[in-house]
Amino acid sequence: MTDTAAEIGIDRKIDTRHMKVSDEVAIQITRMNKWFGSFHVLRDIDMTVHQGERIVVCGPSGSGKSTLIRCINRLEEHQSGQIIVDGTELTSDLKNIDKVRSEVGMVFQHFNLFPHLTILENCTLAPIWVRKIPKQEAEEIAMHFLEKVKIPEQALKFPGQLSGGQQQRVAIARSLCMKPRIMLFDEPTSALDPEMIKEVLDTMIQLAEEGMTMICVTHEMGFAQAVANRVIFMDQGQIVEQNEPREFFHNPKSERTQLFLSQILGH
Amino acid sequence: MSDLHAHTVAYVRESMIPEQVAPVTERGAVKWMRENLFNGWLSTILTVLSLLVVFWIVADLGPWLMRSVWDAGSLSECRRIWAEAGQPAGACWGVINDRLHQLLFGFYPPHLYWRPVLALVLMIPALGPILYPWVPRKLIWFSAVYPFLAYFLLWGGSIWLPVTAAMGFVAGGAALVLLRPLGTLPATIAAFVVPVIWWIVAAGPFAAVMTQILPIGIEFVRSDRFGGFLISLVIGVSGISLSLPLGILLALGRQSDMVLIKSVCVIFIEFIRGVPLITLLFTASLLLNYFLPPGTSFDLILRVIIMVTLFAAAYMAEVIRGGLAALPRGQYEAADALGLDYWKAQRLIIMPQALKIAIPGIVNTFIGLFKDTTLVVFIGLLDPIGLSNAIRASSDWQGIYWELFIFIGAVFFVFCFGMSRYSMYLERRLRTDHR
Ligand SMILES: Nc1ncnc2c1ncn2[C@@H]1O[C@H](COP(=O)(O)OP(=O)(O)OP(=O)(O)O)[C@@H](O)[C@H]1O
Ligand SMILES: [Mg+2]
Repeated sequence: MTDTAAEIGIDRKIDTRHMKVSDEVAIQITRMNKWFGSFHVLRDIDMTVHQGERIVVCGPSGSGKSTLIRCINRLEEHQSGQIIVDGTELTSDLKNIDKVRSEVGMVFQHFNLFPHLTILENCTLAPIWVRKIPKQEAEEIAMHFLEKVKIPEQALKFPGQLSGGQQQRVAIARSLCMKPRIMLFDEPTSALDPEMIKEVLDTMIQLAEEGMTMICVTHEMGFAQAVANRVIFMDQGQIVEQNEPREFFHNPKSERTQLFLSQILGH
Repeated sequence: MSDLHAHTVAYVRESMIPEQVAPVTERGAVKWMRENLFNGWLSTILTVLSLLVVFWIVADLGPWLMRSVWDAGSLSECRRIWAEAGQPAGACWGVINDRLHQLLFGFYPPHLYWRPVLALVLMIPALGPILYPWVPRKLIWFSAVYPFLAYFLLWGGSIWLPVTAAMGFVAGGAALVLLRPLGTLPATIAAFVVPVIWWIVAAGPFAAVMTQILPIGIEFVRSDRFGGFLISLVIGVSGISLSLPLGILLALGRQSDMVLIKSVCVIFIEFIRGVPLITLLFTASLLLNYFLPPGTSFDLILRVIIMVTLFAAAYMAEVIRGGLAALPRGQYEAADALGLDYWKAQRLIIMPQALKIAIPGIVNTFIGLFKDTTLVVFIGLLDPIGLSNAIRASSDWQGIYWELFIFIGAVFFVFCFGMSRYSMYLERRLRTDHR
């Protein structure tokens, strides 16, 4: 897995020294089911994520990928089964939900930055109001992460004045400011132009290199091959196949996976 | 050949052309008129018609205003002055001069005029931190105290009444903070219930006892002494400042997942919006006493303030709901994903954006409310319109109409225009895209 990620236009060597999967379980999902009304979106999902894993979730549109990762931080409620995040079970207990949400960062397809706040304020808001960090310290942390995503000079602008790629990198920085142990990405690049996709993927690769536990819903197969340790393929609300990326792409077992890959890779 | 070629193609300017004045039709007034007034035959006709209307009004009103009399103690005195000058009648502004105090304060005791004036002056620092971001934030404490201070200044009496009322809010705030650890919902319910219990059960005896122990107070002024613009401002300002928070709560309640809260809010909003304000005002003046515990004589102005507030809040709630509906779901999700609880998400993320979208509608409601304060004339309160009737009833000013109405209209216009300009300033200031 040390290939250069040339396919997605990132031609540096990927540093795998910190990409270590530990024995510690970060997320444990057992026999989880979810319905939207009478529509069975997620069916008997079983999934264990260890600390340090980098998982890519793919599958056709409407297969329930977004719903799955939104269940992990309770943006959606599941109706049966169990989800345990970092030792905390997600139930209707608000305290547990708050605890999980402050451990889990999320990046959305449409960035969802707060347009009435500056970039810096976007990044300091949750640390100040949820973590109760003093303002000055929160600003230092925010600037640290804005430098990491390479846009410290935009700190005082408003989201509406930034390009899509810049906004998505701010969204990543905003999540990181909460010092999460797990990051969820829901198609973070699919609203972006190719040039901007590259800068966002680069940021995500950098995160992976630092050993962050990540679950990414994405169709960027180059990214999957470069950093993922596991690819999960979903269809009709079920996990159909999962494997390490090389096997998954070169030797898919299920017919559905083969069909999906042939469509998405264009051969 | 090549010489000739070079001669025709290559070119060097020898003298620069200085800037020249644009032709008359593209300049200043002429250009402006061509573009704005005579741009096509329809626009030309409209321009001519408007000019005729303007001319007609000015020709009628101008001479009348030119013959204004400022210094007169009665309408007959004005008439005498015109007769002596051999003129037809004009504007007799003497009435404003003569009755200004009444128009401003009603029958408020003249030796206490300083109290409403002081209350009005103190309103400036109280509004400052709310209206303008450059005013020091610390002043917001004064804004919080101001309503109770203003009540004390205007009505007087024992200081313990406004103090005990304020303590209800303090108790509510304390309940919210102390019960936070138990969860948002219990804390929120307690924040509403605790002050109500305090006001109903403890406030009366507490105020009475404290007045016995420490009788601090100033001369009491009964509500029926209030009148004129004082009444419009008291009702208008209280209605405006109470209806916004209440409207926000109603709008949030209407969006709530909890069926009980939601239906209470929907019924309230639909009921109030379906009833004319004047009906509510009659209810305030006649019926409310039946619902209140016997023996409490609840002040008429306070009752009107409550009704006007409820009325405006129902409209406000719908305006704000429009703002909420315009926000993408992603904003709520991002706030949730960052771990903000309901009230923090509302306060920091949702409301600032929803209110910004709703500014034109909110200010519209404010202006409507302020002008509707003149309806209190129908339940016997002497607002400026009511006073104009009272003034006309005196033998001195019998038969005077226009001067009073123009004056009252002008004062209302100043307030409403001020609000409208402020809302434009606010919209400009809050614009965060492409700045
Ligand atoms: N709030 C909702 N209410 C009802 N149905 C929903 C809701 N959200 C999603 N669905 C349905 O659930 C199914 C799964 O949706 P989901 O967004 O998880 O798919 P996805 O795999 O992320 O697809 P895409 O690649 O298009 O994002 C879809 O059929 C969708 O129509
Ligand atoms: Mg999706």
